[in-house]
Amino acid sequence: MKILVCISKTPDTTAKIAFTDNNTKFAENGVQWIINPYDEWYALVRAIELKEKDPGTVIHLVTVGEADTEPIIRKALALGGDEAIRVNASGADSFFIASQIAEIARQGGYDLIFTGKETIDYNSAAVGGMIAELLQLPYISLAVKFDLEGSTVTATREIEGGEEIVQASLPLVVSCQKGMAEQRIPNMKGIMSARTKPLKVVEPVAVDPLTTIAGFETPPPKAGIKMIPADNPAELIRLLHEEAKLI
Amino acid sequence: MSVLIFIDHSDGAVKKASLEAISYGAKIAEQLGLTAEGALLGNLNEDIASLGKYGVKKIYHVADVALDHPDPQVFTEVIAQIAEKSGAKLIVFSNNLHGKAIAPRVSARLKAGLVAGAVALPDTSNGFIVKKNVFSGKAFAFISINTDIKIISLNPNAYPVAVTEGAAAEVVPFTAAVGEPRIKVTAVNKVTGEIPLGEAEIVVSGGRGLKGPENWNILEDLAAALGAATACSRPVADADWRPHHEHVGQTGLAIAPNLYIAIGISGAIQHLAGVNRSKVIAVINKDPEAPFFKAADYGIVGDAFEIVPKLTEAVKALKG
Repeated sequence: MKILVCISKTPDTTAKIAFTDNNTKFAENGVQWIINPYDEWYALVRAIELKEKDPGTVIHLVTVGEADTEPIIRKALALGGDEAIRVNASGADSFFIASQIAEIARQGGYDLIFTGKETIDYNSAAVGGMIAELLQLPYISLAVKFDLEGSTVTATREIEGGEEIVQASLPLVVSCQKGMAEQRIPNMKGIMSARTKPLKVVEPVAVDPLTTIAGFETPPPKAGIKMIPADNPAELIRLLHEEAKLI
Repeated sequence: MSVLIFIDHSDGAVKKASLEAISYGAKIAEQLGLTAEGALLGNLNEDIASLGKYGVKKIYHVADVALDHPDPQVFTEVIAQIAEKSGAKLIVFSNNLHGKAIAPRVSARLKAGLVAGAVALPDTSNGFIVKKNVFSGKAFAFISINTDIKIISLNPNAYPVAVTEGAAAEVVPFTAAVGEPRIKVTAVNKVTGEIPLGEAEIVVSGGRGLKGPENWNILEDLAAALGAATACSRPVADADWRPHHEHVGQTGLAIAPNLYIAIGISGAIQHLAGVNRSKVIAVINKDPEAPFFKAADYGIVGDAFEIVPKLTEAVKALKG
């Protein structure tokens, strides 16, 4: 059983979001980087749990990023996983990233590919579905639960207005979200062993991205809060009705 | 040539987010001088042709009951066939849960550039540039789609449903070679009797300040009076005071209602990431230093247990 877990580097959830170069580049100065929470808490931790249940399982991590992604991938290895692969390219768009990961997956012969449901920076939720299409594999999107019995998968995925319980056979691609697993903190043994786990760097395959970023914009600041005295809550309803015209 | 709109449905009905996508696609078709066409997979409990009033002129309908479950792989195959038949230059999805499952596959299939999470009409004055949400609601990006066929997934609540004077749509039965889904659906659990959180125009949300699940009745009464959906913060869902599907925030659902009323929620940055696209935010919290007040339009500092019932009374008085 071989699992490939896709790892992305994102700014910390509390990072200040600003742009430079005439609003065309994310201002990276002073930004703390983390493993994309969906990749870490749900995809990676669930893969580790599967390995704990079946110690013969091999977990590989893959990331598409330049050398500055390595601290993140080492941090992921400290949580678990046997080795990591870094595709040495900046992730131009979802299709470029998915194409690189699909190439790694073709070579590695994985039974299971896990992604987080989306990254918290570009929020596209696109890479998992694209990998599945490129490899012509089934895709369980937005999974909240995932179990494996032999090569039979039972999973729960979120759909409009509820959830579906589904069954499928390996190999397949799964995008993971809350419910799959619980966040873990790496222990000292994990941190020490992560230093010596193999981290292979491969060059990207030639793929043209389908989209490019033309620029960014930050939303206009709020006009300022209007406080309503606690002894007259009805005033809030009046304002929402007459001023905001929302009720 | 067309703008092809994927007409998503659940429980036999085309829901609001999908109607928004139809209106949005029809507007772009008008902007580009293309025909607005629809792709409907599976069956509705309502008249298909009447969807013409949202601006779609022709609907390719695949009436195969196997399509009542949106399997991304099968749907991609069928949509690709319809896109070819329709001569689609642009395919529009709602960026709801079904759109998120299907649109990326269609993008990879057709090598058609995808913008997922669009919040406005594309700028076609010089190229094809779409504004989308990035950094979990903290910024927007302008994405240029560089391929001949383009795909946009429209965020729910970002574009209004527009009823036009358009005639009934022409419904064209479409036969697609539908493969057997490789994912078998064994059970479906629908959340019934509630307003779906992703579609709600008003959301009333509670946090730890409500002290326990037994106190949620005051929040539910306010939501019922307003016709609002209910939501909660992460600690509340983690403590199982409320079901997980109500959790809004960075790791829960990201929503963009017209009005978000936060009761007893401090407003941690992870929570704001899920709600900061709300048009108006009202915050009720007993702590005047709660960070949520900095992100809000209206605020009351005080005890939720005293204030919320009074808000409910005021709403009832207003609505008579």
